[in-house]
Amino acid sequence: MELGEAVESLVSDGDSVAFEGFTHLIPFAAAHEVIRQGRRDLTLIRMTPDLVYDQMIGAGCASKLIFSWGGNPGVGSLHRFRDAVEKGWPESIEIEEHSHAGMANRYVAGASNLPFAVLRGYVGTDLPKVTSTIAPITCPFTGEELMAVPALTPDVAVIHAQQADRNGNVAMWGITGIQKEAVFSARRSIVTVEEIVDEFEPMPFQTVLPSIALDAVSVVPSGAYPSYAHDFYARDNAFYEAWDPIGRDRGKFEAWMARHVFGVEDFAEHLRSIEAEGMVKE
Amino acid sequence: MSGTTNGNATYTADEMMSIAASRELRGGVVCFVGIGLPSEAANLARATHAPECSLIYESGTIGAKPEVLPLSIGDGELAENADSVVSVPEIFNYWLQAGRVDVGFLGAAQIDKFGNINTTVIGGDYDEPKVRLPGAGGAPEIAASAKEVIVMLRQSPRAFVEKLAFITSVGYATGGNSREKLGYPGAGPSVVITDFGILRPDPETKELTLVGLHPGATVEAAKEATGWKLKIADDLETTYEPEEKELQVLRDLKERTEAARKAG
Repeated sequence: MELGEAVESLVSDGDSVAFEGFTHLIPFAAAHEVIRQGRRDLTLIRMTPDLVYDQMIGAGCASKLIFSWGGNPGVGSLHRFRDAVEKGWPESIEIEEHSHAGMANRYVAGASNLPFAVLRGYVGTDLPKVTSTIAPITCPFTGEELMAVPALTPDVAVIHAQQADRNGNVAMWGITGIQKEAVFSARRSIVTVEEIVDEFEPMPFQTVLPSIALDAVSVVPSGAYPSYAHDFYARDNAFYEAWDPIGRDRGKFEAWMARHVFGVEDFAEHLRSIEAEGMVKE
Repeated sequence: MSGTTNGNATYTADEMMSIAASRELRGGVVCFVGIGLPSEAANLARATHAPECSLIYESGTIGAKPEVLPLSIGDGELAENADSVVSVPEIFNYWLQAGRVDVGFLGAAQIDKFGNINTTVIGGDYDEPKVRLPGAGGAPEIAASAKEVIVMLRQSPRAFVEKLAFITSVGYATGGNSREKLGYPGAGPSVVITDFGILRPDPETKELTLVGLHPGATVEAAKEATGWKLKIADDLETTYEPEEKELQVLRDLKERTEAARKAG
């Protein structure tokens, strides 16, 4: 399925959407498509919101963010995220904040069709004071006090992977983070892949998602750029650094988005347009 | 003090901090590594006195052996030569929560006298903060469940504060035995390494006490860089200077990292 068609039919205004990827395989192409199609009022879910959520928040797609760590890793802040939280620009955004362990367990509960997950954590921190989705619970067998967090059940999960086969099964390897749990926790799912192959080769630490668990698979080469796809291309750390001054300034950000996201047809054209400005390394 | 030279010696306060922190990591331990300064110190330890330590990153890499320092917690470099790569729930549930991590190695934006950490908001209130920081990440559960915790951050009155704007990760809570009452399996922070020196919790009160000064640093300067009335150990030690090999390995590591970043 074409990515534009997948987004058109599977992502609606007001949906909760999890674009997952832990540094690796971040679905930039799919997120750009959602931005271009002008989706609004989304609840964005992600453990590690980085540039792609900075772009979506700055573009006004989101009314709420559920997350556990929001930053530009190794570089600094997400300025569009901060601007929305600190100054309400372009609109104020509600946040629901957890720890990584809390988010990971929330996805597992969602994927397992359970109402909540339990973990040892949060006790003594200020997080339960500001996040209503953290509550104490007593183990009925041992009496141990634990913390409960409700299941995450996004309307849509969006991930990027290395390969799909001709039957629509999807293979990913390297650091696969929380993507499998995100897909199984969601009602619908969209996967973009680097390429289609006749048959998967066994790869180290490989995960295969069967087509019966997925709703749409679209081929988008370099669809995770500037994140990376293990064995395809490296993370463009220079892009992450170059983003800092762009994201820092409302005007620069809007101009950049107009040129490179709103003003292009698809992700291939996006890559050509930033390459023309020297932002792509290869 | 970052970036300055220490007395007449030919190393910086930041280099001394990384080397002092690396020395805290014993050989053979399983270490859950935060990004940035902790990652630098942990990899220095692995390349010098602790080649057998297993480095775990929250992205799911176990026994990571990066040649260059990762910019992010999930760089491909970490998966390349790892013993295993597992999912995020597995890292937090089967490894950290299950008690398989000996040492949690954390950075922080702010710390208080009981080793509690803030990485969430500074100034204003939570809903309208002056500065919105990245948030918790893996730190609360690392601080809860690692058998011990090493914290590493530059010392300044803005970072070492009397009262945290937000408690993201618990050290010794309100001191004394208050951490034990929270029921956490881990023992809490055993040491805080800064660019001035080394702080350890008092055995009774759990208040962080300056027990070591790096060469060239002074007690007065360390006190001035601390937002509470800093306690000083009676038998204050001086950190031994970086050895030739430690400096060499650290600089090689940073040079390789810089070169790799430029090469893209």
